[in-house]
Amino acid sequence: MRRVVVTGLGLVTPLGADVETAWRNIIGSKSGAGPITHFDPSDQKCRIACEVKGKDHEYGFDPGKRVDHKVQRQVDPFIVYGIDAAGQALEDAGLTDMPESERIRAGCSIGSGIGGLPGIESESIVRHEKGPGRVSPHFVHGRLINLVSGQVSIKYGLMGPNHAVVTACSTGAHAIGDAARMIALDDADVMLAGGAESAICPLGIAGFAQARALSTNFNDQPEKASRPYDRDRDGFVMGEGAGVVVLEEYEHAKARGAKIYAEVVGYGLSGDAYHVTAPHPEGAGAFRSMEMAMRKSGLDLTDIDYINAHGTSTPLGDELELGAVRKLFGNAVGTLSMSSTKSAIGHLLGGAGAVESIFCILAMRDGIVPPTLNLDNPSENCAGVDLVPHVAKERKVKAVLNNSFGFGGTNASLVMKAV
Amino acid sequence: MSETADRVKKIVVEHLGVEADKVTEDASFIDDLGADSLDIVELVMAFEEEFGVEIPDDAAEKITTVKDAINYIDEHQG
Repeated sequence: MRRVVVTGLGLVTPLGADVETAWRNIIGSKSGAGPITHFDPSDQKCRIACEVKGKDHEYGFDPGKRVDHKVQRQVDPFIVYGIDAAGQALEDAGLTDMPESERIRAGCSIGSGIGGLPGIESESIVRHEKGPGRVSPHFVHGRLINLVSGQVSIKYGLMGPNHAVVTACSTGAHAIGDAARMIALDDADVMLAGGAESAICPLGIAGFAQARALSTNFNDQPEKASRPYDRDRDGFVMGEGAGVVVLEEYEHAKARGAKIYAEVVGYGLSGDAYHVTAPHPEGAGAFRSMEMAMRKSGLDLTDIDYINAHGTSTPLGDELELGAVRKLFGNAVGTLSMSSTKSAIGHLLGGAGAVESIFCILAMRDGIVPPTLNLDNPSENCAGVDLVPHVAKERKVKAVLNNSFGFGGTNASLVMKAV
Repeated sequence: MSETADRVKKIVVEHLGVEADKVTEDASFIDDLGADSLDIVELVMAFEEEFGVEIPDDAAEKITTVKDAINYIDEHQG
């Protein structure tokens, strides 16, 4: 089987719209949470989120940098974030000027959990108030999930596989895993893979709040709301942004002297077959996903130095993931570090798995693991596991596991190692 | 330039993201200003909103330049 490595990274997050800024803020224990500003949330149960900041902010996002004015007007923000993150990753990999023969072998696998919900909500109001003749001709293709991959392929002339995963909060991890397989199976030599999300709109917040998934106890202290593994956690904080990596066949990367961040060595997938929103009560799906990824990787359990947990800060989910990790890793759990960066940037839903995979890669690059913020009082089951409370920790990081679990009972795990 | 022309030009600049000086009266939306057929649908909708005119599909198809838009609006407005 052909080996697959990561040679480029791109991030748009609530803590920075480029890789180094976001990582510096993550390692610096900053929080991207605050009161919702995208709309007036005063009638909502949840009034906080981790929003991507405007371009005037210290670590804000300037959409004009890589996305045409016309495209910005026509599409939902998740597509704008995705195009920018993909552009960053291609630039980082030095692949923006590939000849046609290479672009035919380069594709996109950038998904989203929800897609253009803000635009669906607002255009639905236009239709209701002004009639069907006022609905934008760009409404459909400005909201579709596969239009991140579509727009990126058009912008950069990438003619290989054009794919888009939709598996709720597992999207980003599935997108990277699937794309890695496309390279391994010789469908492509280069793939842009990841996820993008922007569902911080009245309908999105209301919907998740009604499903009892969001934190509602910390509206006055937004930075305290995302607290994975803490006994006072009461739901996740919605984030937004995008993460995209360049995956590349190993010999292809080596031949052109590319900077190689990591190798994707294991990918596991499973279904809970249990409930639409609640995780399996014994974490069985999470266990099987991680177990498959580890088995495929050929690594020993003791090789894993860091787990970037799904850890959304929901009462049920965090415990079950921890239980599944304990069950799989046994005594090896004592030597690894595990943290949830959702404590800092919230839950990017379909973007989460990709953004968090990038944090895993940077942890290996720099020999430092990011913290779990707000872990003041770890819940009972946390004893004996290093959850990296409050501050980042320097340590050896040679192999990592990243978990993502989504509504519908869909699970994905990725194992990567330093090359 | 007439008042209609100024307002048409503003809409075109805003929607297509082109430099204002490129939006001459003879400019073709597709050939000179980089629009595609859907952009023209959107522009026509914006003209309808701005000027309170109805531009039926068969008339919209004949609007290919900035001048075509200005003329149509001047002839059909209130």
